[in-house]
Amino acid sequence: MKSTIVSSPHVPRANRVDQIMLQVLLALVPGVAAMIWFFGWGVLINVVLAVTFAVLAEATVVLLRGRRPWPAVGDLSAVVTAVLFAISVPPTLPWWLTLLGILFAIVLVKQLYGGMGYNPFNPAMAAYVFLLISYPVAMTTWLAPSMLAEHGFTFMESLRAILTGALPPGLDWDAVSSATPLDEMRGKLDLDMTIEEIRQSPLWGSFGGRGWEWVGNWFLLGGVYLLWRRVITWHIPVSMLTGLLVSAGVFWLIDPQTHPFPAFHLFSGAAILGAFFIATDPVTACTTKRGQVIFGALIGVTVYVIRSWGGYPDAIAFAVLLMNIAAPTIDYYTQPRVFGHGGERG
Amino acid sequence: MSAPQSYASIVGEGIWSNNQMLVALLGLCPLLATTTSATNGLGMGLATTAVIACSNGTVSLVRHLVRPEIRIPVFVLVIASFVTLVELIMQAYFYEMYLVLGLFISLIVVNCMIIGRAEAFASKNRVDRALVDGLAVGLGATLVLTTLGALREFVAQGTIFYQADLLLGEAAKGLTVSLGDDYQGALIAILPPGAFIGLGLMIALKNVIDKLVRRLKTAAKPAHSDPAAHAEAAAT
Repeated sequence: MKSTIVSSPHVPRANRVDQIMLQVLLALVPGVAAMIWFFGWGVLINVVLAVTFAVLAEATVVLLRGRRPWPAVGDLSAVVTAVLFAISVPPTLPWWLTLLGILFAIVLVKQLYGGMGYNPFNPAMAAYVFLLISYPVAMTTWLAPSMLAEHGFTFMESLRAILTGALPPGLDWDAVSSATPLDEMRGKLDLDMTIEEIRQSPLWGSFGGRGWEWVGNWFLLGGVYLLWRRVITWHIPVSMLTGLLVSAGVFWLIDPQTHPFPAFHLFSGAAILGAFFIATDPVTACTTKRGQVIFGALIGVTVYVIRSWGGYPDAIAFAVLLMNIAAPTIDYYTQPRVFGHGGERG
Repeated sequence: MSAPQSYASIVGEGIWSNNQMLVALLGLCPLLATTTSATNGLGMGLATTAVIACSNGTVSLVRHLVRPEIRIPVFVLVIASFVTLVELIMQAYFYEMYLVLGLFISLIVVNCMIIGRAEAFASKNRVDRALVDGLAVGLGATLVLTTLGALREFVAQGTIFYQADLLLGEAAKGLTVSLGDDYQGALIAILPPGAFIGLGLMIALKNVIDKLVRRLKTAAKPAHSDPAAHAEAAAT
């Protein structure tokens, strides 16, 4: 259903799956580039590995299902899943964990439910949670951002760490890894330190962790691009970030010494990435506008709840998966009224 | 009433074609909760088999004495007595196993599979058939429990039948298969999501096997093939 419109110059909205996915990939470029800048070549290697595995897995399953592989691979949805997965995992994750995660995402979470458009859960996030629960140590070994790292990984060193698990001579994991800002904040708060004391450490920038906040900014840029190209609408990102900000704000106002200020939550972890790229997945999110606002806000609140009192430092993946399964119900109760049928009182 | 089922078809239904766990999806709570290892699954399966065979036999014996209005309480009493018996026996002879399975032994009493067989089969059939049905259904359940347990244990720890001696005595130590200590398993397999994923894959595997068998049968005698299989083959 293509409609040709009068009068120039219009930029037609992307209306095919591969066009939309291409826009998403383009919008991811600044954020991914920032991650490579701060966390080394491992990020890029992971992206390449994950995309390769994802395309192979997708093609294999589609062939097994007796269909032509090109339409499924060519819509680029597997590539987007792979990139989102690869930038969520630590930059030195062993290659076989990337393989396991991608197989889980593409084969179990996506294709077994019927492929593109049928999966109730976000494949990238499901794979991330699968690995986080199964291999907690490997999945939480993050490198320190480049300006704080004593040793910058070269391309070959990153490649070796990913393929063989071997570090450059004279280094061990304790020396190169570092707590993520959210991890640091949680750990220190548990030791009864105040926010002021915690922020003495060089780990911190003006809002969140050094390096991390800039990654957030660049993803924000990509998100604004998606909004501009109308690939996504404002409903989910704005409501999600508002949900997170408001819940963080309330507790911060109650006691600023033990609750980090709201902007910290926004620019730490994966909040920005999640709001613009993950929660907005058109397959697994709500489809009604009112539903999208509720969906986003609930993700924001859930993220704050899990970050503050849950078992894990960050919670985008858990919150998104929880709301994915709630999305059909939310949609059911937020159907817009059909014109001419029923009124305020039914 | 139609002609009574043959023993072979009772056994076939209980173990495969009407497997209570893979087809009827009954008794899922012990299936999901206790199959963290092959040994646990086997222990749970044997305990369930004992209860279901005894309760089927007893229900069938008293089926003419019990008025329909009170049949359910009677079934529950019968099942509860046998569960208590099994629990006491396990406590006496397989104490470590009893500690591992713990609460789930007593929970056999609310296993819908057992009361389902009592209502659907034992209360309408002769004692011998009811006994055979109980054993077959129990065996089917044991197979599923043990397989799922082995699968989850293998993925998570790289072992199969670890600690089998708790259930089968010292001689069973040789049964343990192990991939060695540096196997890095996926912890999720022995957590609750692993049970659901594993069960889903097993159901899928059973359906695939059934489909292949049907296809082979229709290929073998195309003249007398049944229309349902044809329709399905055409659809795929």
